[in-house]
Amino acid sequence: MTIAQHFHEGALTLEQWQHVEALAGSLSPVQARWISGYFAGLDAGLLRGGGVAAAPDAAPAGRTLTILYGTETGNARDLGKTLAAAAAERGLAPRLFDMADYKMRQLKDEEDLLVIVSTYGEGDPPQPAIGFFEFLEGRRAPLLPNLRYSVLALGDSTYEKYCEAGKRIDRRLQELGAARLHDRVDCDLDYEEPAASWSGVLVDQLAAEGAERGAEVVRLFPTAAPAPAAAPAHDKRNPFPAPVLDAIRITGRHSTKDTRHIELDLAGSGLAYAPGDALGIVAANDPDAVARLIDATGLDGGAAVAVKGESLGLAEALERRFEIAIASPRFVDQWAKLSGAADLEKLRGEAAAAARRAFLHGHHVVDIVRRFPVSGLEPEALLAGLRPLQPRLYSIASSLAAGAEEAHLTVAPVRYSLHGEERGGVASLQLAERVQPGDVLPVYVQANPHFKLPKDDAPIVMLGAGTGIAPYRAFLQEREAAGRTSPSWLFFGERNFRSDFLYQSEWQAWLKGGTLGRMDVAFSRDGNGKVYVQHRMLEQAKELYAWLEEGAHLYVCGDANALAPDVHETLIRIVAEQGGKDREAAEEYVRRLTSDHRYQRDVY
Amino acid sequence: MNDAIDRSNDVSQPLDRLGPDERLKHDSDYLRGTIDTGLIDRISGGVRFEDNKLMKFHGIYQQDDRDIRDERRRQKLEPAYTFMVRVRLPGGVCTPEQWLKLDELARLHGGETLRLTTRQTFQFHWVLKEDLRPTIQGLHDVLLDTIAACGDDSRGVMATADPDDGALHAEVAALAKSLSDHVIPRTGAYHEIWYGKERVATSEEEEPFYGRTYMPRKFKIGFVIPPSNDIDVYSQDLGLIAVTGADGALQGFNVAIGGGMGRSDQDPGSYPRLADVIGFIPKDRLVATADAVMSVQRDYGNRVDRSRARFKYTIDAKGLDVIKAEIERRLGASLEPARPFHFTSNGDVIGWRENGDGGFNLTLLILSGRLSNRPGKALLDGLREIANIHRGKFRLTPNQNLIVADIPARERPRIEAILAAHGIGEAGASALRRNAIACVALPTCPLAMAEAERYLPDFAAKVEAILAEYGLSEEPITLRISGCPNGCSRPYVAEIALTGRAPGKYTLWLGGGFHGERLNRPVLDNAGEAAILATLAETLGLYARGRSPGEHFGYFLHRSGYFEPARDSATEDAVLVRAESVARA
Ligand code: SRM
Ligand SMILES: Cc1cc2nc3c(=O)[nH]c(=O)nc-3n(C[C@H](O)[C@H](O)[C@H](O)COP(=O)(O)OP(=O)(O)OC[C@H]3O[C@@H](n4cnc5c(N)ncnc54)[C@H](O)[C@@H]3O)c2cc1C
Ligand SMILES: Cc1cc2nc3c(=O)[nH]c(=O)nc-3n(C[C@H](O)[C@H](O)[C@H](O)COP(=O)(O)O)c2cc1C
Ligand code: SF4
Repeated sequence: MTIAQHFHEGALTLEQWQHVEALAGSLSPVQARWISGYFAGLDAGLLRGGGVAAAPDAAPAGRTLTILYGTETGNARDLGKTLAAAAAERGLAPRLFDMADYKMRQLKDEEDLLVIVSTYGEGDPPQPAIGFFEFLEGRRAPLLPNLRYSVLALGDSTYEKYCEAGKRIDRRLQELGAARLHDRVDCDLDYEEPAASWSGVLVDQLAAEGAERGAEVVRLFPTAAPAPAAAPAHDKRNPFPAPVLDAIRITGRHSTKDTRHIELDLAGSGLAYAPGDALGIVAANDPDAVARLIDATGLDGGAAVAVKGESLGLAEALERRFEIAIASPRFVDQWAKLSGAADLEKLRGEAAAAARRAFLHGHHVVDIVRRFPVSGLEPEALLAGLRPLQPRLYSIASSLAAGAEEAHLTVAPVRYSLHGEERGGVASLQLAERVQPGDVLPVYVQANPHFKLPKDDAPIVMLGAGTGIAPYRAFLQEREAAGRTSPSWLFFGERNFRSDFLYQSEWQAWLKGGTLGRMDVAFSRDGNGKVYVQHRMLEQAKELYAWLEEGAHLYVCGDANALAPDVHETLIRIVAEQGGKDREAAEEYVRRLTSDHRYQRDVY
Repeated sequence: MNDAIDRSNDVSQPLDRLGPDERLKHDSDYLRGTIDTGLIDRISGGVRFEDNKLMKFHGIYQQDDRDIRDERRRQKLEPAYTFMVRVRLPGGVCTPEQWLKLDELARLHGGETLRLTTRQTFQFHWVLKEDLRPTIQGLHDVLLDTIAACGDDSRGVMATADPDDGALHAEVAALAKSLSDHVIPRTGAYHEIWYGKERVATSEEEEPFYGRTYMPRKFKIGFVIPPSNDIDVYSQDLGLIAVTGADGALQGFNVAIGGGMGRSDQDPGSYPRLADVIGFIPKDRLVATADAVMSVQRDYGNRVDRSRARFKYTIDAKGLDVIKAEIERRLGASLEPARPFHFTSNGDVIGWRENGDGGFNLTLLILSGRLSNRPGKALLDGLREIANIHRGKFRLTPNQNLIVADIPARERPRIEAILAAHGIGEAGASALRRNAIACVALPTCPLAMAEAERYLPDFAAKVEAILAEYGLSEEPITLRISGCPNGCSRPYVAEIALTGRAPGKYTLWLGGGFHGERLNRPVLDNAGEAAILATLAETLGLYARGRSPGEHFGYFLHRSGYFEPARDSATEDAVLVRAESVARA
């Protein structure tokens, strides 16, 4: 900013400005922050002419603090809770909301807002947060001149639209006139540290302001971490070692697929879940893959390394703690430094994003290590470029109501070949190939409050393809146990009727018994043209719309790219055609379904 | 109607007193049921329970691949349903054009295999539900259908495949065809469901002969031309034994009734039965006689207990004389006394044979009637090539073999070349294999308890070793294997027979008559291969040492006193005596 601007905007007189400038020069950062908060908070007082000296006594109530999170798999929620607890700890009075439940009206009255949001699909917000984004980015969003905010964006740098959802919120709040409390921080999968420091700085700052202001606060949160009683016995950080009861291939002979059914024993774990929830699997890398990486580096698998203060053998660290397949941009940076390879060097930075992405798709960690050898490599230097191994989530395909304390999964093994090597997904191949009945797997329950059966007898329409059928098996087990026969309709799609009709005999039994009302199937590779779920939807357009009009809840589960967009598009089309609406109105209709929680998606 | 006859369990009773199948047939709207909607249901590859039963009348059986039944159950997948489609081919005669279509359909929809049956027709296996209509419409293109190939009706009509007299064969085969056309159901269901014809509203009775409940059970008719008894006339519900005059012209038929093989191990009251020869009819009385015999079974057959519903049980329950009298009453005349006849064998003569008018008939040995392309032996391909050039007919034999009939002498080299090129030929086939039959059994037959078709090659090889040891390799001995006691390979008249009890376990039967005139006897029950081979080694050893010239294995066992006279052998000895005496007369 220049002085001149301030004149023209008439914000300050030259005299005033000179005072400020002089003062500013003499301030420490902390003092500066205090001053900014001081003026921001005390404008009313100033106008009352109380004068600066009188300010401390005339301290007005502190600004409100709201923490908003948008999440699908719970990371943002967890971070939001920790942040809220920390803020409360420091005497602040934060209010914590899931974007899904946030009342948009409140936005215009917010003063300080901390946003934690993850990104999905094509840089989309998490499913439950879509309504919030639509409001915020839409025409009805209010100007927010009084708002101060900061965004923590969760993401995965291997995706094209890295942390895009966070970036969108940041951008939009700027447009609406809000001021940043702190620059946005984008976090990769290993978000713990960056998230912690972001929270730390902000809590310090706001607490400082509050303290200086002496504004007394209502403590909404316990000063200690959430009471253990409330917390589940086992969670992401403390998974339960679940014995594998069964692990079988459920696609028939001659199938082009290889889908697995896994049964895990939760007896004694205290883990509870509801249909629609997912199970987190704390996976481990394939020892062979680890071995391949280790001898590509020429390191000694036995070499001791420190991971988060714990000392482990390199091989074990690689097997249990790090993603060693797909490489992140950070690894490119790290390896460019270590190898000094020009080819890697030119893949660094924002400008090279596209090229880097293409390169990373074809070059996983081991490929980069092989192609750009580093002499005298230190184990720590290798690990420094790697991201922590993330748990994998699987929709639970069973219901506790069915009797057994078990969780069933439906898993599609990820297999591919790269540089002439057969490779595969960490968790899916572990489940499909490396575990036998009797082995144990570390698991935890990942609740999904946004994929739930209706409380009442509202009709349900379930759409799924491939492993997307999983939660519906849970739904129907639940309905069967409850003796529920309210209207239900299942659409299922796969490749071949004879080999890929997942859980076929169970649907047949449920259809017979009335637990399932009707079922339409689409098999895309049984000759006579590719037929997908959305085609069956169109065949039944009239019926389907009638169901929606009768208050049906709609569920979509399965592939985020192959299934969800087509189904979504088809839904809008059906509403338009059957409801005699124009595109706008049809989209609005579907939007309302979402905000009414009648259109729920679990896509991945 | 004859009031002397007990009517307590037949069609005269109200439906609710009869077995469940009777209600099912009655309520099926003449075999329509819900077959058409079942065919388009996408949730199952099969059809409803009731429709499955009804489809049998249309020649179609739902089956599943039993090799993977358990695997699929564990995978939570329904059984791998496919359908068996049985063609109606009276007398087992088909044209090259029809052959080519059958071959095409088998490759398209039938898992690239065709099955020649013990009743002289083709079966497709592995047909998917959605391929049923295309298959049946394809057959329609060449004037073939599958009507009444199964079900409670008159089944495929058999006829001796290869008599010396070609003209006589032609005449009898023609009669078999016209009789078959006469006895099949009339319902429009078949044309509506499979050809998509509109249902025509009509005031007249849709099934003038059968009525709504059809027959109590399957009914089987066969024509035989002595001295061959290839069709096993004594196993037919209605057997017609051709009688010719001095001039060799067909005069009429000796009528045999009440034959049947089927028995059950769970049901001691069930038994195979040889048909009784009850008299002679001139050929112009053929249709009237068939109607009379079938109507008696239709009206008096047991509809309460399905396991007693075959004609053979009706006869034994009411008495042969009563049934015969009733037949004659319906014919309006008594039957003439049976004319003399004489059988020599129930097997086929494999290889080339002059057919009387300058040409040849070639009988190909098709082990278990299985046609497919195997490495080194491309039966389907070879026969397709032959069908492409052949001008005569094809004939299927009751022993599951195939005759390429009426090959002009000059064509013989070409045919031989094609056979050679595809590895087809019986040079190596032993006398045992030439006289062997095995039913389908596993993996498609839902009733199979043990292997049959798939076991025959192994088992034959082991028995051949024994025969070789005793120098019996050239001795024709009938061997028949059935995967269960139902006896689709007509095992109970074989000299050596196995009927399945459990995987790898069989009942061993010995002593059947070489031309099907005497029932064999159980020798081992629930026996494994070792025990079976041991017993065969023992008995064949006795035979090798003690047989008199030209004496068949079956006869020998009886004469040599290997069997102590069986208590219940009354019927069989009676039959034996009757057959021989009639022959001598
Ligand atoms: C294909 C064939 C055996 C072969 O290898 O050639 C056959 C195959 C079957 N027979 Fe048979 N029968 C076949 C000739 C026979 C014969 C021999 C004959 O008729 O000359 C008999 C003994 C004679 C008789 O009827 O007594 C025979 C007595 C049976 C029975 C027992 C009937 C009874 O009265 O006890 C059954 C079971 C039933 O009907 O309940 C049966 C049932 C069956 C079924 C359809 C099993 C079923 O009911 O689901 C078998 C199908 C297996 C498959 O996968 O193809 N099949 N079946 C023969 C087809 C004949 C045809 O073209 O129509
Ligand atoms: C809420 C939720 C529910 C889910 N439910 C299910 C479920 O019910 N069933 C199920 O099977 N999955 C489910 N998933 C997906 C599952 O979590 C895992 O993402 C999936 O199993 C793959 O994990 P992985 O560890 O086996 O593969 P990873 O180790 O994650 O490997 C996958 C990666 O391999 C790389 N890759 C793949 N193909 C190639 C190639 N051709 N060339 C180069 N690189 C390639 C890509 O980078 C890809 O991202 C769910 C996901 C979520 C978020
Ligand atoms: C199916 C799926 C799609 C994703 N797509 C993206 C993406 O496009 N861009 C991105 O930066 N991160 C993406 N991520 C990573 C998530 O944003 C990341 O895992 C985040 O930590 C999830 O936080 P949450 O648990 O609060 O939802 C994706 C994750 C999943 C499971
Ligand atoms: S004999 Fe038994 S096993 Fe063999 S085909 Fe007939 S019914 Fe099936």
